[in-house]
Amino acid sequence: MSVLEIRELVAGVAGREILHGIDLSVEAGTVHAVMGPNGSGKSTLAHVLMGRPGYTVLGGSATLDGVDLLELAPWERSRAGLFLGMQDPIEVPGVSAMAMLAASTARHATAGDLGAILDAEATRVGYDVSLLSRSLNLGLSGGERKRNEMVQLAALRPRIAVLDEVDSGLDVDALRSVSARVEAATEEWGLGVLAITHWSRLLDVLRADVVHVMADGRIVANGGPELASELEETGYAAYAQHAGT
Amino acid sequence: MPTDAEEIWRYSRIGDCTIDAFVPAVPATDPVDAGEVAGSLPAPVAQMLRAIGAPSAFAVTRNGSLGGIEVAPELVHDGVSVAGVASRSPGDNVLGSVARGATDLFVELNDGFLHDALVVDIPPKVRCAAPIVIVHWVDADGAAVFPRTVVRAGAGAEAVVVEVVASDDVTALVVPVVELDIADDARVGHLGIQHLGRQVWQLGYQASRIAAGAELLSFTGAFGGFYARQRIDSVLAGERGVSNLLAASFGDDDQMLDFRTFQRHDAVRTTSDLLFKGALAGHARSVYSGLIRISPGARRSDALQTNRNLVLSEGAHADSVPNLDIQENDVRCSHASAVGPVDEDQRYYLESRGVPPAEAERLIVLGFFSEVLDRLPVPAVRDLAIGQVAAKFAGTSVEGQPGG
Repeated sequence: MSVLEIRELVAGVAGREILHGIDLSVEAGTVHAVMGPNGSGKSTLAHVLMGRPGYTVLGGSATLDGVDLLELAPWERSRAGLFLGMQDPIEVPGVSAMAMLAASTARHATAGDLGAILDAEATRVGYDVSLLSRSLNLGLSGGERKRNEMVQLAALRPRIAVLDEVDSGLDVDALRSVSARVEAATEEWGLGVLAITHWSRLLDVLRADVVHVMADGRIVANGGPELASELEETGYAAYAQHAGT
Repeated sequence: MPTDAEEIWRYSRIGDCTIDAFVPAVPATDPVDAGEVAGSLPAPVAQMLRAIGAPSAFAVTRNGSLGGIEVAPELVHDGVSVAGVASRSPGDNVLGSVARGATDLFVELNDGFLHDALVVDIPPKVRCAAPIVIVHWVDADGAAVFPRTVVRAGAGAEAVVVEVVASDDVTALVVPVVELDIADDARVGHLGIQHLGRQVWQLGYQASRIAAGAELLSFTGAFGGFYARQRIDSVLAGERGVSNLLAASFGDDDQMLDFRTFQRHDAVRTTSDLLFKGALAGHARSVYSGLIRISPGARRSDALQTNRNLVLSEGAHADSVPNLDIQENDVRCSHASAVGPVDEDQRYYLESRGVPPAEAERLIVLGFFSEVLDRLPVPAVRDLAIGQVAAKFAGTSVEGQPGG
C-alpha cells in the first residue's frame, strides 16, 4: 500500500515562509481534499511536493513509500510515483504530450504501446486525440488543458496524484469527465489523491474520504465529506479568523 | 576593408578578418567532376541529397568553378535552363539585376572574382515538382571562393531551390551571392544550408525581388563556419507580393553567426514575415540586425520581424537589434526579439512528467526550432536541420551539465 506522508512541512517562496507546518497522510486508493481560501498556501503545497524551482523547504519531510521526496529532483519524484496536475499547465512550443511521455522515465506502470494508451485515455475523457501530437497546452481551452493533464496522469499511472485546482476554468462537462477519471483511477490502480480545491463542486463526482481545511499555511480543520458541504454553505470566514489568531 | 565602427558591421568579427591571407581560387581547367564532389560531402549533406532523390536539376561548383549540371529531361522540354552565364549570349545582363550596385566590399569582390555564375531560368508557368539542387563545395586551403547563383522565375512559375554551401576542413573565405528574381505570381522557395568547416569565413548575400502576386519562402540553415555572416535583402516590388524569411542557426565553441536582414516594401498590400531563430552554446556569439522599411505609398502593407535566441551556456552571447523605418501610415508592422536561456517553467513541466533535465532541454530546444522547420517544403532539408540541432545539442550537454 502506497502512502504519501507529509510531516511538519515548512516551506516558502522568495524568502517568505508560506507553509507553517503541514501534516498530511494520503494512502493508496483514498481521496483527500485540501480546501481553503485563496492565498492559504494550497498551491505552494502542490509545487513544494513536486519540487518547482524557486520554492524552498525550510523544515519537515515528505516521503512516498519511505522515499524522501524532498531530496529528489522533480523528474525523480515523478519516477518515484508522484504526479502533479497543474492549475495552469505550462505551454511548451514544439513539444507534444506524445513526445514528452515517450521520454518519461516514470512510465513503469504502463508498459505497452504509448499511442494506443493515449488514444484510449483521450477518448475516455473526451479529448481530441490529435491534440496529443501538437505543442503542449498551446492554444488549448481550460477544459482541454485539464483533460490533457488527465490523459498524462493515466499514461503515467502514478501512485499519488496531487491535483492543484484541477477544477478551475472547467465547464460542467469537463469537470465531470476529469473528476470521473480520477475517481476511476482510485479503483483501477489504487491511485491516492490529494485534491487541492477552492470549491466543493469537484467533490460531487470525485468522492473525498477526508477533507482538510487549510488557512494561512496551516491545516486548521479535518473531517469527512460533510465538511465540504458545510464549507459550501458557510464559506471560509470562520477558518480565516481561526488562522489569524 | 570595412570596420565594426560602421553600423552594418557592428558586433561583427570583421576586424579580425585578414582578407590578404586568402588567395582567390584559380578557375578549374578541367570540368568539375560532380560525382567526386558528391563523394566528398559531409555525411549529413550527402544523406540529405539522397533523401531528396531525383531532383529537377542538379549543379555543383568546386572552389567556385562550375561543373556537372544536369536537368531532368521533362524540364529541359519545358525550357528550364541551368547553365553558366559564360555560355549565354552576350548582352544578356543577368548579374546584378537583383543585387543592384555594390552592397558592400564582399559583393564587389564576388563581382570581380567569380569564375562563372550559375543561372537558373524557369520559364513562365513552368512548375518544377522536385527541388533544384545546387551544391557549392570548397576544399582549397587558403582560398577565397566566390559562388554566384541567379534564379529567375518567370510569371506563374513554381520551384524550390535547395542550395548547399559546404567545405572540407580547410581555412577559406567564402562569399556566396544569390539573386532571386521572382516575376508576377511566381512561387519560389530557396532553402540554403550552410555546412562550412570551423576555420571558414563566410560573407554571404542573398537579394530577392518579388513582383506582383509572387511569393518567396527563403530559409537559411546556418550551422558551420568560424564567422558566418549572411545578409538577406528582400524587396517587395509588386502589389500583394509575399516574402517569408526563415532562419535556424546553432553556434557552439567559438563560432559567430551573423545575420543582417532588410525587408523593403515598395508596393501596396505586400506582406513580409521574418522568423529567425538561433541557439548558442559554448562561447558562441550571434548577431541579428534587421530593418523593415515601408516605402511611401506601400499602403496596407503587413510586416513582421521576429528574432528569438536560446542561450544555452553562460559563455555564449546574442545581440538582437530589430529596426523599423515606416514611411506610410496605413500599415501593420511589428517586431519582436528575445534572448534568454531555456524557460525554467517549461523544463519543470517536462521534469514533473519524469523527463530527466538533459532530455527535457533537448526536447525544448528541438521544439523551439520546429516553428521554423515545420514550414520548410522539403522534408529532407528539415530533417538535416533537425539532425544538426540534435548533434550540436548533444555536444553541448557533455560539456555543460554540472553534475548531470
